[in-house]
Amino acid sequence: MSTEQTSNQTPSAEGTPIIEIIEMHKWFDDFHVLKDINLEVRPQEKIVVCGPSGSGKSTMIRCINRLEEHQRGKIIVNGTELTRDLKNIERVRTEVGMVFQHFNLFPHLTILDNLTVGPIWVRKMPKKEAEELAMHYLEIVKIPEQAQKYPGQVSGGQQQRVAIARSLCMKPKIMLFDEPTSALDPEMIKEVLDVMVDLAREGMTMIVVSHEMGFAKEVADRVIFMDFGEIVEENEPFEFFDNPKHDRTKLFLSQIL
Amino acid sequence: MAETTQIEEIKPPITDVGVIGWLRQHLFNGLFSSIATLLILGFLVRVIPQFIQWAFIDSVWFTSGQECHQAEGACWSVITQNIRFTIFGYFPYEHQWRPLVAMIILVGMLIYSREWDRWNKRLGYVWIFALFVMGLLMKGGLFGLVPVESTKWSGLPLTLLLSFFGILASYPLGVMLALGRQSQMPIIKSLCVVYIEMIRGVPLITMLFMSSVMFPLFLPEGVTIDKVLRAQAAIILFTAAYIAEVVRGGLQAMDRGQYEAAESLGLNYFQMMRMIILPQALKIVIPPTVGILISAFKDTSLVVIIALYDILNTTKSVLSEPEWTGFSTEAYIFIAMIFYVCCFSMSQYSRRIEKQLEYKHTPNQES
Repeated sequence: MSTEQTSNQTPSAEGTPIIEIIEMHKWFDDFHVLKDINLEVRPQEKIVVCGPSGSGKSTMIRCINRLEEHQRGKIIVNGTELTRDLKNIERVRTEVGMVFQHFNLFPHLTILDNLTVGPIWVRKMPKKEAEELAMHYLEIVKIPEQAQKYPGQVSGGQQQRVAIARSLCMKPKIMLFDEPTSALDPEMIKEVLDVMVDLAREGMTMIVVSHEMGFAKEVADRVIFMDFGEIVEENEPFEFFDNPKHDRTKLFLSQIL
Repeated sequence: MAETTQIEEIKPPITDVGVIGWLRQHLFNGLFSSIATLLILGFLVRVIPQFIQWAFIDSVWFTSGQECHQAEGACWSVITQNIRFTIFGYFPYEHQWRPLVAMIILVGMLIYSREWDRWNKRLGYVWIFALFVMGLLMKGGLFGLVPVESTKWSGLPLTLLLSFFGILASYPLGVMLALGRQSQMPIIKSLCVVYIEMIRGVPLITMLFMSSVMFPLFLPEGVTIDKVLRAQAAIILFTAAYIAEVVRGGLQAMDRGQYEAAESLGLNYFQMMRMIILPQALKIVIPPTVGILISAFKDTSLVVIIALYDILNTTKSVLSEPEWTGFSTEAYIFIAMIFYVCCFSMSQYSRRIEKQLEYKHTPNQES
């Protein structure tokens, strides 16, 4: 969170990709869920992934921090290739933050402890320092006063902001968002999106699975449309929403708008 | 103001509140319930006065066996006259204060530990020290305490010893077995499955027999392992298999998202289990776990069959003396009460801890 970036700043074209997905395939048993995925993400780039349910978009981003295992092709995150090697997987996970649809906060820990568990146990940070860090990020997501409560005591929007802060406490280089607002009541969506917009402006590399068009138009560098396990179309947000090329994209956009 | 005086306060019908309302709702709520109430009342009226007559009015408390045989009512003397043997068994008579102190320490420690927020490292050290002192009191041999062979340990101290260590050791073992059964590693997984299914397919009595009769056959000549220890091991191994299955249920009840969130933070397997998964999973399964621990406590009385004298067996030997034959009802009522107090305390204890571990779920509106 050091440099101040202007919004929608186009990442430098010559920057080496921070995520590379090369000819990646994945099957659930016999079901071919991801087909020949190729994707490069440069540092500070923001990508929004959309597509109908079951199109493989969540599975794709879950492959990036190895919550799902891919069976063919390569995934290289920040120079580390994801293989069966547990050390590599753990290293990648410390650099990649993830925010889930259902928040997945730890209900038996206070909000503060939710935030410090990663820094203390993975980063080996002293408790006091971890708590200061946690309070810093709780302020960034604008709920420092809830630190001593349990996740079950705050609203869904606040829980999701805690979840974002929890990921940020690991100081990740990349943030993955898996439908972060689709489990929220309508009036809470904005508070979460606001936090995400701030984060994008600070220059975080983000991949967001979401159908929030306003968000996509505001911060995304690219929008990717997936259907039946394939990347069907990829374009700048305004071009993508106003002038979709592919029939499947048109059909999908006509359904969500 | 005028309005409030106009509104007449309407009370619910007299038959719906107070004693009558309660009676109607709970005892005479319909034909079937009324008949059941009357039948049970009739039964109690016949039984209770008779029991009181037998147990308290006609009973004798501090007499010899001869006088007991002439008495009309209960002969509680069988307990009062033999209390020390029943409780302490064959522990040398003049040293019986030692198991008594050990038991008091145990109960005191358990009572102190009932508050969850007292469970910290320091309490752990206190427990280790207390266990050492208890062991010393039982075994002797140091600080001028006369050594007492473990074959002489009997009665209530033996029951408590077997069940306390049975519970203490089988719980972590059971958790490890449950984790092993869920392991991705096929060898560990199948070992755990085989162990759990084998043990659960065998009665505890068989395990006790094996540990006391068969197991020594495999040992090289001259090597003997304490009989109490062998029975203890059998109880631990047996209970652990049951705990494992209950804990597995708790692990399966966990939301997949909890694993994923922990993994995505970069926690390794052991950190994830220790910090995130087990605290939640074990809490879910407190009620069935306590069920198993309570039955393990009661099952310790099966050590009778390998000739260990737990409190049930010491009672039996009292009853086999000619002076006291025929008073088994009284003696067993007493033993039942001891078991009941222990089991009920365990159940209350666990509910207390369960309550303290409850985290708040109610969304709060103020923010």
